[in-house]
Amino acid sequence: MTDTDSTLKQTPLHALHLELGGKMVPFAGYDMPVQYPAGILKEHTHTRERAGLFDVSHMGQVRLAGADAAAALESLVPVDVIGLGANKQRYALFTSDSGGILDDLMITNAGDHLFVVVNAACKEQDVAHLRRHLADRCEITELSDRALLALQGPAAGTVLARLAPAVSELVFMTAAAVEIEGADCFVTRSGYTGEDGFEISVPAAQAEALARRLLAEDEVEPIGLGARDSLRLEAGLCLYGHDMDAETTPVEASLAWALSKARRSDGARPGGYPGADIILRQLADGVARRRVGIRPQGRAPVREGCELSGPDGAVIGTITSGGFGPTVGGPVAMGYVATALAKPETEINAIVRGKAMPCQVAKMPFVQQRYYRG
Amino acid sequence: MSELKFTEDHEWMLIDGSSATVGITDYAQEQLGDVVFVELPEVGKTLTKGGDAAVVESVKAASEIYAPVAGEVTEANDALADNPGTVNSDPMGAGWFFKMSIADAAELDGLMDEAAYKTFVEGLG
Repeated sequence: MTDTDSTLKQTPLHALHLELGGKMVPFAGYDMPVQYPAGILKEHTHTRERAGLFDVSHMGQVRLAGADAAAALESLVPVDVIGLGANKQRYALFTSDSGGILDDLMITNAGDHLFVVVNAACKEQDVAHLRRHLADRCEITELSDRALLALQGPAAGTVLARLAPAVSELVFMTAAAVEIEGADCFVTRSGYTGEDGFEISVPAAQAEALARRLLAEDEVEPIGLGARDSLRLEAGLCLYGHDMDAETTPVEASLAWALSKARRSDGARPGGYPGADIILRQLADGVARRRVGIRPQGRAPVREGCELSGPDGAVIGTITSGGFGPTVGGPVAMGYVATALAKPETEINAIVRGKAMPCQVAKMPFVQQRYYRG
Repeated sequence: MSELKFTEDHEWMLIDGSSATVGITDYAQEQLGDVVFVELPEVGKTLTKGGDAAVVESVKAASEIYAPVAGEVTEANDALADNPGTVNSDPMGAGWFFKMSIADAAELDGLMDEAAYKTFVEGLG
């Protein structure tokens, strides 16, 4: 099942993945490791207990520079970018004119510029979107010469501080430019696992050496995309293209928390982004369906695409992500249900292979988030 | 005398007279990765050759297990409910899925013996 499709792109760590025995699969146009010989369960658990190293170099890194960059970016996201302090990071969404989500992204105020990370599958479209709308207001540079590593897990802080003591000063959702093993890195204390950890932007030419240096630490093991997915699902974090897309709005996706106060109807700079009228109206009036956590009551995983039915058997929604949660020790899922049935502990059914499997709407995250807040 | 046979869907069948034990091969469990759930057929279920018999779920995905030949389910390995990982650790032994009666012994002729299966797997690269 090794895919050697030559049209697939490779990250700067590709040779290292092969050397480590990574099982390579096509993902967002890249040849990526879905797992290493340890397997998804062990990789997942290792990340929760110690520290895992992920290659996320397929993601897009973009630099927005210029005095007007923050105000310009605010025209595309329902988020307070102008008020984002130096070295602070914030989650954001690109919205469409109909209020749908075009992608989710991380924005960091890097002092003299904004550092933006977008999803691999959306990056070409995102950069085109930025250029189309913001090219005359700020300088947009795709940082394709940089790799991105994620070091995640309770030991991540100790490990990275050994190589770069300055990262001890960082708390969740803050950033710093740090030299690590001679490489000019840009480090944020954030990630996609629900654990403490870092994302490290590093020049492509120095990425493999840094990855090897981190893997040489006792606590660190390489982790593939399979465990990345089970970790983020347990943490209740959305996967773009699955749990949200251009047909779902931030309110429907239960991401209202990401809509900054300053950009709401009663805020300092209300609206002013694509689809604002629809999104702000939904925020005030509510929506017909919402993304919720779902706990199947049996042991069978309930997967993406499964229909959900209510007590009377009528279809009330669909599973958008689902699988086995290794830390939970059972199946976990998320999906969209009619708002009337979105309260935790509501009994619903998932239709798996023609059979109704009892499930409960559940609070997310499914595991406690353990971000480092100082 | 028991006899071991294999299908192109990577199931093994340990045949003992007119009954057989069915499971998945080491190659199959390796490809699936960590098994987290097995849906077994009910005892008494009639199986048709190539028809759905069981479902094995890894962390990544669900895969159908097909009946190698026609027959009826006589026993299911209920121990897999609590320990689905046995399919990974001992696929050819304690990780068996179900036992069945064989309706038509002639259908066994279409299955591979161990040497032929080994060659088949090597051919998959």
